Amino acid sequence: MVNKNLKRLYTFLIFAFLYAPIIILIIYSFNDSKFRGDWNGFTLRWYIELFQDREVLRVLYYTFAIAITSSIISTVIGTMAAIGIHGIRGFTKKTILNLNYLPVLNPDIVTAVALMALFRMARLQFGFLTLLLAHITFSVPYVVLSILPKLKQMNDNLAEAAMDLGATPFYALRKVIIPEIMPGIITGGLLAFTLSIDDFVISFFTTGHGISNLSIYIYSMARKGINPTINALSTLMFFSLVALLLVINNRSEKSEKIIQERR
Amino acid sequence: MKNKIILMLTLVLAIGAVATGCGGNESTLNVYNWGDYIDPEVLNLFEEEYGVRVVYDTYATNEDLYVKMKQGGSSYDVVIPSDYMIERMIREDLLMEINMDNITMLDKVDDRFLNLDYDPDNSYSVPYMWGTVGIIYNKTMVDRPLTSWADLWDEEFEGEIIMLNSQRDTLAVALKKLGYSLNTRDIGELEEARDALIEQKPIVYAYLGDEVKDVIVGEEAAIAVVWSGDAVAMMDENPNLEYVIPSEGTNLWFDAMVIPSNAQNAEAAQQFINFMTRPEIAAMNADYIGYSSPIPEAVEMLDEEIQNSSVAYPSDDMLVNTEVFKDPQDIISEYDRIWTEITSAQ
Amino acid sequence: MKLKRIGYPYFLWLGMFILIPLLLVTYFAFTTGDSQNFSTFTFSLDNFKKFMSPIYLGVLYRSVKIALISTVICLILGYPIAFIISREKPRVRNIMVLMFVIPMWMNFLLRTYAWLTLLGKNGILTKVLEFIGFEGVSLLYNDTAVLLGMVYNFLPFMVLPIFSVLTKMDKNLVEAAEDLGANKVEVFSKVIIPLSLPGVITGITMVFIPAVSTFVISGLLGGNKSSLIGNLIEQQFRYTGDWHFGSTMSIILMVFILASMALTSKFDKDKEGGGGGLW
Repeated sequence: MVNKNLKRLYTFLIFAFLYAPIIILIIYSFNDSKFRGDWNGFTLRWYIELFQDREVLRVLYYTFAIAITSSIISTVIGTMAAIGIHGIRGFTKKTILNLNYLPVLNPDIVTAVALMALFRMARLQFGFLTLLLAHITFSVPYVVLSILPKLKQMNDNLAEAAMDLGATPFYALRKVIIPEIMPGIITGGLLAFTLSIDDFVISFFTTGHGISNLSIYIYSMARKGINPTINALSTLMFFSLVALLLVINNRSEKSEKIIQERR
Repeated sequence: MKNKIILMLTLVLAIGAVATGCGGNESTLNVYNWGDYIDPEVLNLFEEEYGVRVVYDTYATNEDLYVKMKQGGSSYDVVIPSDYMIERMIREDLLMEINMDNITMLDKVDDRFLNLDYDPDNSYSVPYMWGTVGIIYNKTMVDRPLTSWADLWDEEFEGEIIMLNSQRDTLAVALKKLGYSLNTRDIGELEEARDALIEQKPIVYAYLGDEVKDVIVGEEAAIAVVWSGDAVAMMDENPNLEYVIPSEGTNLWFDAMVIPSNAQNAEAAQQFINFMTRPEIAAMNADYIGYSSPIPEAVEMLDEEIQNSSVAYPSDDMLVNTEVFKDPQDIISEYDRIWTEITSAQ
Repeated sequence: MKLKRIGYPYFLWLGMFILIPLLLVTYFAFTTGDSQNFSTFTFSLDNFKKFMSPIYLGVLYRSVKIALISTVICLILGYPIAFIISREKPRVRNIMVLMFVIPMWMNFLLRTYAWLTLLGKNGILTKVLEFIGFEGVSLLYNDTAVLLGMVYNFLPFMVLPIFSVLTKMDKNLVEAAEDLGANKVEVFSKVIIPLSLPGVITGITMVFIPAVSTFVISGLLGGNKSSLIGNLIEQQFRYTGDWHFGSTMSIILMVFILASMALTSKFDKDKEGGGGGLW
């Protein structure tokens, strides 16, 4: 069928477009030349240099330290916030929801300069702390937004019933509400982690001397010619993420099967 | 689940301790420098010798550095601005006087780089590198030798010209082309320069910073306005390149090491400045980055080829037509306005 | 419910890190003086007057134009692929969606940078074009390159929400329309498209906002040749240090975006979902 082939071609082209630069990056991570553009043969030296480059390792450390800490903190704050928001009504709820929406709708650069102004006025030393606060600030709204729908689906009477039967609010929270909204919490946490790893604009404006995440480091390098070790690093990160996704995918498929069999 | 999170955190912290060099009590020195403007090995040597951990970061232009210092929130111990910016920083009390008794190597510096207009008593700065601004071009891609700034307006070279993405340097090109001083205080002349740059825009390939080196060495464009030291580094990679100081005259510049007034570790900063002025270290550094050292003993240690290069070490008669940037003082905001208008024009 | 109290810490957080910073920026926007010294601030509308000159309005116009074009291209390219994916078997579908997400996990600056290698004068794409007879085309450092960078980076933001609405769509509606005698074109234009509108609107929002405010893509792929509004804001905060004018432009950009969002949300019936189809 012509129609079907056309579809296939189109799908292929779109994916080619998406993956072309990535393939280029991977290929150049094996190129035995510092300059992009000329191919001088296969080498693994950028991978070796990568693990000897103190700067790159430091950048990597900060990237993950910020991403892990900020995603854990924002997941906790976001979960609490979502439950709190779910419990209130009326004008207050609307105001809070709209405020929560602001960082999502606002362009990154506006959020970035606003936070920069705040930190400046509070006379904070720009560095790890300001970066962390900024990352939490732009992550929490996404966590809240991924948990709220789950709360809506939950039967409110469950928690009430638990409390009527003598459970403390905290116990009800832990044993009834949290398990019900777990999928939302996990989605929110992963989203926060991804946003943090990939953020450039807000980090760029809120970080200080000597504290760079991967994006900032790449940006400053792009101004003097990117070192191929960065290509090597990205290739490694890319493949470990793909591997991780495949494992998760496999697992969830297996568990789906088990659930289906039980039924 | 909880255990896994704790495990992950411990792991991250452990990696951090390794990556950041086990922290501990050793003092740190915050150095803020131009991108691609130091031999990293020199930093390692300094760390070994003095037991000081260097936290190194880079900026792209003098203005970038100025705003970072002015708005606070970060404290640096050593920064390396250019002449006119040093003048402005002294004027605005952003710098600390250096105790020159601690800079034992100061007498190694050629006298002609000391007590210059930007720091008349030489109490705030120690010279780092110096050079000119000129045109680099690829002899195989351009059919005639370039000699003047006006060549950069020649439509024949459409799509081949790369200008600097830097306010003072790019305005200077246009001012010199028009025959004005690059320190003009006449707003009319500045606006004429602005109009010339806007008129030139359609034939410009891009406005770049340090990444110009990749583009020119890789022969993706034929002509660029560059600092002399970068020209040395590029010509080293690609023999087809030629550097010229245009006939209208150009900017002669000096970059010097200074200590900001809010530095946390002025002692280590002075040690660092002294260390960088040591002839063998200065030679090693100059050899790596390609820029011209103000220390004669260091120059003598370099390759013959570089020593005799008229790009890195031009003779005095090549420099007669040059000017050093001055701090525009009260008309700085006019410079900012005009530069914004240039970058905003279509 | 007593539990609502556990939301209070975040409400405080919202005030401190979202509301106050924006008020600060607004304050900066309506004052002039030495940006680093509060005591010199005086109320003034000069920054807004300054922005109303043809140069800055021109930059805003250009940013909106480029962002709109890239949004339209994303929609034209993205809708069909979202539709194709949504019609696949669940297994294939999951893999294809994953393939859209994976590139986003590679640093976006690096992906943008990779385009420099493809588009440069000695780049692969230019060589291919020369081979098929297009001599002397310049692909890099112009508006086309900026557009391409935007479409490349933001296409998944268009595809994913549309896809998620299309898969959730009740198949019975399509069948019912077919049973009632509608042909394929009619089913598509009268049933599928209207039902997927919330996803389309989310997609448009998610592409347009980052596109209109970017300074990275225009810097890297546009060669700093012509500024977008994002570049101007960045320049004010990082190079000229005029926080007042920078804040004015930020506020104008923000109001512009929020106003256009309010306008589009009128068409969005599925507001309760909070962000259309993405969540």
